[in-house]
Amino acid sequence: MGDVKFMKGNEALSEAMIRAGCDAYFGYPITPQSEVLEYLAREATKRTGMVVLQAESEVSAINMIYGAAGCGKRVMTTSSSPGISLMQEGLSYIASAELPCLVANINRGGPGLGTIQPAQGDYFQSVKGGGHGDYHLVVLAPCSVQEMVDYVKLGFELADKYRTPVMILADGAIGQMMEKVELFPQMERVVTDYPWATTGRPAGKDRRYITSLHIQPEKMEEINHTLQAKYKVMQETEVRYQALHLDDAEYLMTGFGLAARICIKAMELGRAKGYKIGMIRPQTLFPFPTKIYAEVAPRIKGILDVEMNAGQMIEDVRLSVEGKTRVEFFGRMGGMIPSPDEILENFEKYFIKGS
Amino acid sequence: MLQEAIFSGFGGQGVLTMGMLLGYAGVIEDKEVTWMPSYGPEMRGGTANCIAIVSDSLISSPIISTFDSAVTLNQPSIEKFEYKVKVGGNIFYDSSNTINPPTREDINIYACPVSEEAIKLRNSKVLNMIMLGAFIEVTKVVKMETLLKALEQVLPERYHKLIPLNKQAIEIGMGLVRK
Repeated sequence: MGDVKFMKGNEALSEAMIRAGCDAYFGYPITPQSEVLEYLAREATKRTGMVVLQAESEVSAINMIYGAAGCGKRVMTTSSSPGISLMQEGLSYIASAELPCLVANINRGGPGLGTIQPAQGDYFQSVKGGGHGDYHLVVLAPCSVQEMVDYVKLGFELADKYRTPVMILADGAIGQMMEKVELFPQMERVVTDYPWATTGRPAGKDRRYITSLHIQPEKMEEINHTLQAKYKVMQETEVRYQALHLDDAEYLMTGFGLAARICIKAMELGRAKGYKIGMIRPQTLFPFPTKIYAEVAPRIKGILDVEMNAGQMIEDVRLSVEGKTRVEFFGRMGGMIPSPDEILENFEKYFIKGS
Repeated sequence: MLQEAIFSGFGGQGVLTMGMLLGYAGVIEDKEVTWMPSYGPEMRGGTANCIAIVSDSLISSPIISTFDSAVTLNQPSIEKFEYKVKVGGNIFYDSSNTINPPTREDINIYACPVSEEAIKLRNSKVLNMIMLGAFIEVTKVVKMETLLKALEQVLPERYHKLIPLNKQAIEIGMGLVRK
């Protein structure tokens, strides 16, 4: 068992980054994730020699990530919604160049400069592309401080395994709240001699070259095929989700991250009133756990999807159930957080009173 | 055991610290804990609050709308949270600093003159610790010794000389609600 501590989500994320043997962090402060850079500046360099650098902007930070990842280094950046928007061009380039890196978005209310309160309005941006071209990020959705830690380790592993950018999509509340957390032991910073890394021309061998520019369409299509093949493997092997009470469920609640945590409470309140509610919480938003929804849909009366946005993941839920059950939505926006009571009221409105 | 509490008061009264200390103490006693601060506009002036949940089993939602206990250090907090206490729950308030005290008859109301007691201790800053003493005496969420251990963890060593004063404050608070 590792160390058990009482930590803030953002600090736990930073501590996990250090312990995962991260080589470099490039970032630019923004509420509600400024603790990350503060924590790393205080702790990281003196403990592991990790490079921690405040870039002059998010555009600069993501391109530093691109460069350092290209050198075969384990790298990460974090930001919040408006800052993540600025990073989209870079993420598209990194996905195309097939480089591993980890990015965390501590989602706040939008659109625009919005508010510093927690929200989940960046689901589409994270899961459906964000930048240009046909690419995906692996998207991990933590719902607790513990998962902030676990997904840093998992995120680096997936990034390395698939040579792909990985996104941790959390929100301001998970970043700011404190919970009991078990930390994994300090890992060595490994120097890996990747065959693709630009670490200097090896004697007698070809020059290594990283780019996302391929003027010949034949070559660019080939690259697209490589990427799509990779995403297919992810969809077959990397799906992760949490399921509760599926055995006796007549209804489902579903959501990700903080909204899912609140749904679990609403589900408990509902079960105490005799409603047979189950729960599916996707932990990977890409690849999305389509199969489990499809499997459950024919035998339930309906799904209430709850998100802190206007309804984004619900599109994937609907695609998954293929019309075999009713899917209704309840959400709050702009930094407002739904309460368990509100969720249960909406569940009753759709499925108990109105049915 | 499950205790869902809200701590609320003016910024600077130490409401976030009360909840946080409870969290640290909960972890020491190997309980599950969640602490959710207000970090938004409130933190930038005005009334601040935090939700602290301590439980023997896994905690579902860190965000809740009704509470087992409300610890209110100012008038706006009483007005905001009195009616969010569950039936049979507790409200603690600073009776030396309140014009309109809570009035509900279906909850336990603890009038704690914490400002006065803090002044008697010649340190107005420990009013939150007095209130925390009253809170743990009633709810029995964590032991006093654990709170003191938590203080040792949280305070930098140069402030450890203040631990006896905090201990005294907690004990006074416990005495205020002991019948």
